Amino acid sequence: MPFIPHSESDVRDMLAAIGSQDIEDLFDEIPASLRIDKLSGVPEGMIEQDIARLMMQRAEADGRPLCFMGAGAYDHHIPAAVWEITTRGEFYSAYTPYQAEASQGTLQLIYEYQTMMTQLTGLDVSNASLYDGASGLAEAVLMAVRANRKSKSRRILVPTTVHPHYRQTTHTIVKNQKIELVEVPYCPEGGNTLADALKQYEGEDIAALVIQHPNFFGILEEVDMLTDWAHAQGALVIGVANLLSMALLKPPGAWGTKGADIACGEGQPLGVPMMGGGPYFGYMCCKKEFVRQMPGRIVGRTVDRDDRVGYTLTLQAREQHIRRSKATSNICTNQGLLVTAATIHMSLLGAEGLKRVAQACHANTRKLVEALTESEYVEPVFNRPYFHETALRFSLPLENVMRPLNAHNILPGYALEQEYPELADTLLVCATETRSDADIGMYADHLGRIIKTQTAAGCPVKPKMA
Amino acid sequence: MSNIPVELKYAKTHEWARTNDDGSVTVGISDSAQDQLGDMVFIEVPEVGATVTAEEACAVVESVKAASDVYAPVGGEIVEVNEDLADSPETVNEDAFGEGWIFRIQPADAGELGALMDAEAYEGFLASQDH
Repeated sequence: MPFIPHSESDVRDMLAAIGSQDIEDLFDEIPASLRIDKLSGVPEGMIEQDIARLMMQRAEADGRPLCFMGAGAYDHHIPAAVWEITTRGEFYSAYTPYQAEASQGTLQLIYEYQTMMTQLTGLDVSNASLYDGASGLAEAVLMAVRANRKSKSRRILVPTTVHPHYRQTTHTIVKNQKIELVEVPYCPEGGNTLADALKQYEGEDIAALVIQHPNFFGILEEVDMLTDWAHAQGALVIGVANLLSMALLKPPGAWGTKGADIACGEGQPLGVPMMGGGPYFGYMCCKKEFVRQMPGRIVGRTVDRDDRVGYTLTLQAREQHIRRSKATSNICTNQGLLVTAATIHMSLLGAEGLKRVAQACHANTRKLVEALTESEYVEPVFNRPYFHETALRFSLPLENVMRPLNAHNILPGYALEQEYPELADTLLVCATETRSDADIGMYADHLGRIIKTQTAAGCPVKPKMA
Repeated sequence: MSNIPVELKYAKTHEWARTNDDGSVTVGISDSAQDQLGDMVFIEVPEVGATVTAEEACAVVESVKAASDVYAPVGGEIVEVNEDLADSPETVNEDAFGEGWIFRIQPADAGELGALMDAEAYEGFLASQDH
């Protein structure tokens, strides 16, 4: 479905048909006091040659470092066919295919995507995607408050093992709806959420518990225990899951006795390049009983009058063009193009391929941890199993290590102190399937040399075995 | 012309209210309303035990065309809801004034019923809405 802008004569004809002179006339009912004539922060337009040059400079500024950083976005291999197919003219639009008669291909693709998502998460239904993982969690929180009709509290328990950016985004979106996000601290030894931390909320009115698995530290949560605990309190369970890890781990729909009620998260690991932070896409799945509270588009399969299979948007009565302020969401859309890439990515890899990628990520991260902790100045922070990232503590100032590593074009990991002040000199490291043994060796060698220089220079450091 | 039972009271938002022997009030949407909305696909009923005020949105009727709020014609406590509608929302189309009832309220102030229209007034109201 190509996007064809209106030509000047189209615009003139349309204005003439309604008896207007100027497009501005259409906005004249908006009071002047509410209008902004000029956006001061937006610079003048540039010609193509200049913009290409600017973009090239910006891209080069990134320097293509060897990436050992995860923390929510992951450097995976994307088969060349994925974006070759995605950018074909037939797919190349991010717009929602409202017109079923003109969009069967796109609609079928979204339907296939939804099917893959339900298989990965073990839940009944999927929507056609959301903006990103962080806003997906915000939508899941709003949805849980609507869907949990037994709870009157609008309180959501959110462990601090949930991605800090997701928590901040969710807070921004839900705070004015009087929804309270209650932080639950993590276990300093395991890096996970313990039953003990939840005990004080037993018997209280809680709308939902959020469980990220693997959590922000890469650690596996005790999902069965947490899910059953939440359900025993009458709370719903929102699972924030890394889709790739679902190829190895128990999916949200199978957590505990009854399974998580809603799953959401970031779709970037499936075919979306890191692209400096976005655009990515969020996914959301739920149990069938909550489908009418689910935000966003859903594509359904049906038959036409001649009994031929066809695809169309369904359950639209929940949406903003019909329900207006009472819609399940007023910020939702789908990320059509990125979903197209993810669907093609998953279909090329298949279930077996996804599993092998997930296994390789786990194996490489183990190798990385082994190689880095050979230094007596580096040790794992948490003792629980992890998927493809985990935290390492340095017994010398982290900054003195990161700066030279950056100079060697290595992105050594995510400094957790930014969001967790108690985790000073701690790096969250990740090695996906794209990191070779040689890459890992290079990181470890550079680190070994840097530490040697630092410690030999008489820096006030203490070895971990002291 | 829709059928408009004379023993019921009507709201401008097209709910009907029937006062039962025990003082409770059964509420549904009028035959004219179901006809306008078209085939029902889902009815979201309120929670039993919930307290509502008059003119508060407390249920949703979703048809193939639209999802519309159902407003409480009187304030009070929801004492019963029509659980059967979960499996057969089409009952609202088939028997709007009978089996298609949606919820039952124990009014806090039965006097609020006085603000509703009788059948004749509602018929006139419908005629004035026709276009």
